[in-house]
Amino acid sequence: MPIIITREPEFSQPPLNSMGAIGRRIMADCSEMGRALILLAEAVRFIPGITRKRALREVLNQMYVGGIMSLSVITVVSIFTGMILALQTGIELRRFSQEAFIGSAVMMSMLREMGPFMTGIILAASVGAAFAAQMGTMVVSEEIAALEVMSIDPIRLLVMPRLVAMAIMTPLLSFYGCLMGVLGGAIVGKTQLGVSWAAYITNATTFVATKDIYVGLFKAFLFCVIVVTVSCHQGFLTTNGAVGVGKSTRRSVVMSFLAILISGFFVTKIFYA
Amino acid sequence: MIRFENVSKALGGRKVLDGVDLDIERGSTFVIVGPSGAGKSVTLKHMLGLYRPDAGRVLVDGEVVNEMTHDEIKKIRKRFGVLFQSAALIEWLDVGENVALPLREKTMMADGDIEEAVRSKLKLVGLEAAIRKHPSELSGGMRKRAGLARALIENPEIILYDEPTSGLDPVSSRSIDRLIDDTRKTLNVTSVVVTHDLHSALLIGTKIGMIYGGKIVEVSTPAEFVNSQQEFVRAFLESQFITTKGPWEINI
Repeated sequence: MPIIITREPEFSQPPLNSMGAIGRRIMADCSEMGRALILLAEAVRFIPGITRKRALREVLNQMYVGGIMSLSVITVVSIFTGMILALQTGIELRRFSQEAFIGSAVMMSMLREMGPFMTGIILAASVGAAFAAQMGTMVVSEEIAALEVMSIDPIRLLVMPRLVAMAIMTPLLSFYGCLMGVLGGAIVGKTQLGVSWAAYITNATTFVATKDIYVGLFKAFLFCVIVVTVSCHQGFLTTNGAVGVGKSTRRSVVMSFLAILISGFFVTKIFYA
Repeated sequence: MIRFENVSKALGGRKVLDGVDLDIERGSTFVIVGPSGAGKSVTLKHMLGLYRPDAGRVLVDGEVVNEMTHDEIKKIRKRFGVLFQSAALIEWLDVGENVALPLREKTMMADGDIEEAVRSKLKLVGLEAAIRKHPSELSGGMRKRAGLARALIENPEIILYDEPTSGLDPVSSRSIDRLIDDTRKTLNVTSVVVTHDLHSALLIGTKIGMIYGGKIVEVSTPAEFVNSQQEFVRAFLESQFITTKGPWEINI
């Protein structure tokens, strides 16, 4: 069933008691989750249309806006994440004269968890918030309604290119973030813990398995799908002008964070437990 | 061409439309006037299938819009062009790209043909020189013209105008009125205009329908409208200092 963004406003009577309010909230949330999944399915269905010149140009534009423009913040956050990891683990390992092992500790943490997680969080807060605000503004300024009236599917025009662009860029950004984290760890290892570059790199690469790389990349891909779906869906739900855009953006970031945390746990459980 | 049969619609427990009957003839300009919140825009949304009535039927050339599936509604919308109150131009596209959007997204037309079609529509609305400008660089009147060019790009049979002169100065408003009238005459389209502006209504309307309290309380020609003895109509006319004398005399 195709999703219709411009809907009649929904009004409901206030519930009679608190249980009724909770029940209604759960029903509404389930319904919206279902709509978000339909939105994702619709966006995936439109992917074959990417060969159109306009769609391809929009994908490249979004790869630049969402991906390349996030490089600086990902670089800074990842380097410092690696440095903190190295310092914390290094201080403990030094008690056992095992500080040379910080390389593997940082590499494993970054590849398996911190790289994709930090990338997902950064993208949710920056790119996802921007998507939600943009969609929300388009809803309140009737641009989305205009598209629907012209029989131009907003999901094909707006969501699909963003999904494809971020699906390409997020795993790359995540891997880049891992490398930056390892570099940050190496700097701390060398300057604070006296671990040589060679020992750090040898140690970091010895214990890495292919599985660590592909699970990390899979997580990054999953997180990007979550961020794009949640942010665009929340944007499309916007009502009440500028205040509504602010609310949608906030909800988009909060819900993306929660979904990233919860799904990240389950992916780890499936692959490593 | 467009018919409302006893259409009722409640939003938030309030009856916005209450048994509305309406007949809009092909090739006419039907102007819907009325106070804020009277249900003017809701009426337009029913024509486009954006809203479904709680009771009654909305027909376009005998086809019942409110009984259509999503795909059927998409099909019938191809016959409509809509000028939104805010013009609803896509902000990151320039005027030319905005006007070309329906053709680029829905047809396999060559770039050259699209460019030609866009230029001809922009010429029609007197905006050819602004083809590479972005919406943020346009005045209110220019935005409406660009919105109208986009509404016309697929050669619709019916054009819906939602408050086309709102937020414009009187000079720009009259130029938009002329444009609406010229568009109807040149392209022989059916126009439905929703407005507060009685000057506009009297200048461009072939028929004027007044909506009040969810009901159509008057449907008449401009000449009949200014002479109406209906209480709500008289109050509306007097609030805008409308008498039988004025520039609309040419139309009444």
